[in-house]
Amino acid sequence: MINPAVFATTFLAAAVEIIEMVIIVVGVGTIRGWRSTLIGAASGLVILAALILALGMTLTLVPIGVLRLVVGSLLFVFGLQWLRKGIRRVAANGFRGMGERNATDDDIPTHGMDWTAWLLAFKGVLLEGLEVTIIVVTFGAAARAFPTAALAAAAALVVIGGAGALARRAVERIPRSALQLLVGTLLSAFGTFWAVEGLGIAWPGADLAIIALAAWYILAAAAHIGHLRRHARQPTSQDKLAHASAR
Amino acid sequence: MTVSWLHRAATLSLRGLVAFGKFWYGFIIGDDWTVAAAVAAALAVTWLLHTAGVTAWWLPPLAAVAATGASLRRIRE
Repeated sequence: MINPAVFATTFLAAAVEIIEMVIIVVGVGTIRGWRSTLIGAASGLVILAALILALGMTLTLVPIGVLRLVVGSLLFVFGLQWLRKGIRRVAANGFRGMGERNATDDDIPTHGMDWTAWLLAFKGVLLEGLEVTIIVVTFGAAARAFPTAALAAAAALVVIGGAGALARRAVERIPRSALQLLVGTLLSAFGTFWAVEGLGIAWPGADLAIIALAAWYILAAAAHIGHLRRHARQPTSQDKLAHASAR
Repeated sequence: MTVSWLHRAATLSLRGLVAFGKFWYGFIIGDDWTVAAAVAAALAVTWLLHTAGVTAWWLPPLAAVAATGASLRRIRE
């Protein structure tokens, strides 16, 4: 017998975490290629399943704070690298490069495993999956309706995962330079959020703070792009010297 | 025979270790170590402020934007 209240609560709580997971997988897959990203996501799910089987209800004892701090810090610094690259590309070329892989993405291997894509997807799926599992265990145990909670989380995974798969085509239509900027922004926002949460600090507005953080990084990126473009239009002292000597 | 096999295994292990180290260096440090250092410092200060009872969630996003700006300025110059 399904407990509707437990189903709705678990579905919504799990959906928030799964949206974060799907955003990371779709963003990384579109920029760095799908094969390694999906293998990374699948690896995360396998480890998660093994953890659930091994630990069962004692999964809540996993030090999620430490995991958030480590995964968050790594995403934070890596997201800022992509944000910087995106800012420089958009400042130099505008929103170009739709569809094709950028020739300057020379750190993406042409064959074999792209470990960066693998690791980003793996960490995103493992951390978010673990949070979903803890939600299921907590809600399920509290209401003595564990099957309902597990079913709700599975339904959320199917619905959000399906929406992510459908959104893939739309995401691929975004120009690559803009996409790198956008994914850099999102990774930085998720990274900042998890790293600070991992320190034991609660964000105002809980998960909604991720949206505020993404907006903050987008505004900062726009300001940096504007600054770089203004500076590019101004002749440097070397340009002035070369111009004077040519005359 | 055994020595050459051991030598080959050691060379492969060393290569793997170097590749592993390079991967993590590229992942964390990238092309500008100052941004990673600024993030680490900001998180450390945030934790210290938090333990002292000061609200400090605003510090890492602020430090990240400042470090990114400084990095872009250095690249431009």
